Amino acid sequence: MPPMRLLADETKVASLIQDLAKAIAGDVGKAPPSEPWALVGIRSRGDIIASRLAKLLPTQAFDGRVGSLDITLYRDDLSEIGPQPVVRTTDIPFDIDGLNIVLVDDVLMSGRSVRAALQSLMDLGRPKRVWLSVLVDRGGRELPIAPEHVALDMSDQNLSRQELVEVRLMPADDRDALLIHKADEPEGGRQ
Amino acid sequence: MTAPAPGSGTGPATGIPPAPGHVANKDRSTAPSGTEGGGEYRWPHKHLLSLEELSVQDIRFLLATARGFEDVSTRSVKKVPALRGKVVVNLFFEDSTRTRASFSLAASRLSADILDFAAAGSSISKGETLADTARNIEAMGVDAIVCRHHLSGAAHQLAGAVKCSIINAGDGQHEHPTQGLLDIYTICRRLGRDTYDLSGVTVAIVGDIAHSRVARSNMHGLLKLGAHVILVGPTTLLPASFADMGCELSNDFDKALPRADVINMLRIQFERIHSQAFPSVREYAHFFGLTAERMKLAKPGVTVMHPGPVNRGLEIESAVADGPNSAILAQVANGLAVRMAVLYLVTHAPSSNDTKA
Repeated sequence: MPPMRLLADETKVASLIQDLAKAIAGDVGKAPPSEPWALVGIRSRGDIIASRLAKLLPTQAFDGRVGSLDITLYRDDLSEIGPQPVVRTTDIPFDIDGLNIVLVDDVLMSGRSVRAALQSLMDLGRPKRVWLSVLVDRGGRELPIAPEHVALDMSDQNLSRQELVEVRLMPADDRDALLIHKADEPEGGRQ
Repeated sequence: MTAPAPGSGTGPATGIPPAPGHVANKDRSTAPSGTEGGGEYRWPHKHLLSLEELSVQDIRFLLATARGFEDVSTRSVKKVPALRGKVVVNLFFEDSTRTRASFSLAASRLSADILDFAAAGSSISKGETLADTARNIEAMGVDAIVCRHHLSGAAHQLAGAVKCSIINAGDGQHEHPTQGLLDIYTICRRLGRDTYDLSGVTVAIVGDIAHSRVARSNMHGLLKLGAHVILVGPTTLLPASFADMGCELSNDFDKALPRADVINMLRIQFERIHSQAFPSVREYAHFFGLTAERMKLAKPGVTVMHPGPVNRGLEIESAVADGPNSAILAQVANGLAVRMAVLYLVTHAPSSNDTKA
């Protein structure tokens, strides 16, 4: 494994999530107070961030509405070679019609996951508006997708495709951390 | 987490190496999803011909995938684009309503196009061979053929003749893999076996074992997942060779019944019984029918299954078929999720794979 560099440790990750919550709360505050909001995280790290954000955001706007979205079936690169993504359940236990949906993901790069998530959301109903909140924007967009809220913006650093930004979050991982490392090419797969 | 992956290391026999760290900025294209994901595992089978040829890992991965598909049927838009632009053909040489409908609906929920090929009254009756028929259909550019045939081995033969995926929807007295999978899926869901491990579970399969492809698929899958299988039926319909596979054989339903956690009642297949396997229907019903009276011998929480169509009053009494222990309608609903998973996995399998995997 090539050397890894730690971008953020446990404390820094927690403060990044707090920054993200603050940015979202700012937009919630600007909206009419009667408008309902919901958090929807993209599996399998965005959902963890979403559930942590839920604890930091105003309860009257969100009212416990936190869901997770599995986008495997909406991907546009299903036939690519690599370990098979497991199809998981989408768990959104509320009607999304008319809601302000805050779509949460860990790392934004090409924008293809977000595109898939948007399509999946539209199949579930008609949200009033979808916002995009990501922990890290590492640049490298292949689609016209822009986040409203970014905790750590690395999009101006011209990261190469081999430089991988990785978010580790408990309980999926053994600790909270933000890492950057070189991909072990060539079988690292597509980007 | 409601859908644990088979590679999560919980199953002792999966043998999947631990997943490497999650690499988020690959946009999940190859992301192994950390500790809970599929690791390096990849579904290897281009065809689904039998449960006999699937590994424990294959079966668990397929059932975990089916779990992910279950909620598609509860959405406001009951459709996902996973098979958009693909063509699935139903090629049925035997009568079937529910299996064909289930495959059609599964394919359409995945956004595939479906072609129903009515084999009766077609060129088959004009003397065309099975392989020629399949090659002609394939020439229209199809991705998967769902085949049911009255001859055992028909699906294997097709798999060798064409390049597209073949899904066996029942071949003679051999196997009916999707029925076996949906039965096992139903058992795991009913018993809360989220890791798809059936150790310590006793399943009684009752009825015409000899002629039943459903029984064969069930016993292969159940034994692989660690269940204890009791085959119950009259000696004439109970081939002794199944004992060699690890099944227990019994002619006495009343003795087997109290030990079963699951009872799978097979349909008496009048159309397959040419010889006089049992003296009379009444006698069969007396010894092997699941009546409300007989149910008193069973464990209180026993799960009762039946692949359908039900001969009410013969192999199962209405009070039992419609009772609280019955999982018969859940089987139908689960069949949809399982068939979606099968269609999804075989059409995304590595194309270089040959028929044997």
